[in-house]
Amino acid sequence: MALRTSTTFFLFVTLQIVLLGIMAAHAASRKIAAIPQITEKQMMVRDYGLTDLCLFTEARYTRHPSLADQHSPFQDGPLSFEHFPSGTLAGPPPALLVRANHD
Amino acid sequence: MIDKQRNIIDFTLAALLRRKGKNAALLVSYTLVVALLASVMLLTQALRREAGLVLQDSPEMVVQKLVAGRYDLIPLEYRDKIAAIMGVSSVVGRLWGYYYDAGVGANYTIMAPTDSSIAQGAITIGEGIARTRKIGVGDLFPLLGADGQTKLYQVSRLLSSESSLVSADLLLMAEDDFRALFNIPSHLVTDLVLSVGNPSELATIVRKITEALPDTRPVIREDVARTYDALFSWRSGILLVILFSVVLSFLIFAWDKASGLSAEERHEIGILKALGWDTSDVLFMKFWEGMAISFSSFMTGVLLAYIHVFFTSSALFQPVLKGWSVLYPDFRLVPFISPYQIVTLFFLTVVPYTVATIIPAWRAATIDPDAVMRA
Repeated sequence: MALRTSTTFFLFVTLQIVLLGIMAAHAASRKIAAIPQITEKQMMVRDYGLTDLCLFTEARYTRHPSLADQHSPFQDGPLSFEHFPSGTLAGPPPALLVRANHD
Repeated sequence: MIDKQRNIIDFTLAALLRRKGKNAALLVSYTLVVALLASVMLLTQALRREAGLVLQDSPEMVVQKLVAGRYDLIPLEYRDKIAAIMGVSSVVGRLWGYYYDAGVGANYTIMAPTDSSIAQGAITIGEGIARTRKIGVGDLFPLLGADGQTKLYQVSRLLSSESSLVSADLLLMAEDDFRALFNIPSHLVTDLVLSVGNPSELATIVRKITEALPDTRPVIREDVARTYDALFSWRSGILLVILFSVVLSFLIFAWDKASGLSAEERHEIGILKALGWDTSDVLFMKFWEGMAISFSSFMTGVLLAYIHVFFTSSALFQPVLKGWSVLYPDFRLVPFISPYQIVTLFFLTVVPYTVATIIPAWRAATIDPDAVMRA
C-alpha cells in the first residue's frame, strides 16, 4: 500500500530531526575527544607565551591581531587601502577602536 | 482535528508537487542560503570558542614599545622599571619576529623560547612549515640572516599537527641564534611579558606603566580575548557582507510571497472556498506550504553547513580564508555549537517565510470566492 503524502513528509521531517540529533551527538563526542588536543594547545600557549591563533599568515597584523598597531594596515601610506584579503575578514582589535574613539 | 490537518497537508503537498520545477528551485536556493549562513555561524562560533579556550593562559600582559606609531624593540632596562612597580610578579623579555621565506613566499613566526629548551643550531618547526618546505626531523633549514649570510639550522623536532591552530608557522630557536640571525643586541627584546599577582590590580599597573614609560603600550589578556570575540563577530568585515547578502535573499523570497499570489493561486483559493473550505482551512494550507518549504530547507541547510565546516574544514571558504597566505594551518575545528545560534537561525529563516506565505493568502481567502475567481 502506498504511503500518504503527509506520512512521507512526516517521515522525511523525522529523518531530518534524527540527523540533527546525530549531528549534536557527534559534536558532543568530538568535543570530548578534542580535550587532549585543546590541552596541548593551551600548554603551548602557556610555555611560549603565545597571544594569537595562526589563522592568517599573510600580514603581521592579521597573524597577531591582538598585538597589531594602529598603522600597520596602512603600512604603505596613511591613505592606502587595505590590500591583504584577510584584512577584510579580520577587523581591527576592539582595544584599538576604543583608543581611536578616545583620540 | 488531526485527520483534517493531515488531509490539508496531503492537499498542500500535492499542490506543491504540481509546480515541481518552481518549488524544487525554491527549495534548493533556500537550502543553499541557509547552508551559507549556518556555515558562517558554525565556523565563527567554533573559532571564537576555541580561541577562548586555547588563549585563556596567554600572557596576562604584554608591554610593547612604540616609536613613531610603530613597534620597536624594547630595552631590558624597561623590564627593570616595570618589575619595580608594586603588584608585578614577574617580567620576562620575549624574542620573536617574522621571517619571509622568499623561496616559497611564506611568512614564519620565529621565536626564541625563554626556557632555553632548544640547543644552539637546532630548530623546532610547526606542521605548516614542514608541509610547505617538505622537510622533517634531521633536515637542514637555511635562513637568510640580517647580515646577508645564509645560516643553516637542523630541525630537531616537529610541533604536532594537532597544535597547528597555534603553531603552524612557528619556528623556535635558541636565543643566541635568534639574536645572531636578526642582529639584535643583547640589551633589546621584542616585548615584555608580565604576570601580576592580583588580577584586580591590572588596571592600576597598566596606568602606572603608561605613566612611567609613555612610549609603551600594554596589551592585557582581556584585550586578546576581546579581539577574538570581535574578530569573528557578525559585525566584522566580510561576515557582515555575507549577512547582508543572506538577509537580502530572504527579503526577496519574502517579498515574492508577500507581494501577492499568482492568478493561478488566487483562482485555486476561490475554488476551494466555493467548495466549502473555511478561511482557516486556506490559512492552514498556506501555513503548511510555508513550513514544508522553509522547515525542510532549514534542517537540510544546517546539516549541510555542519558537514561543510567540520568534515571538509570549510572547503568553500578556504580561498577566502587563505587569502595570499602560502602557509596555512591545516586544522580541524572542534564543533562548538550554540543552541542559541540554531534557534536564531530558525527564527531568521523559517518564521519570516512562513508568515510571508500566510498574509497574502489571508487577503485572498477573506474576499468573496466569486470575486476571486472572476478577477
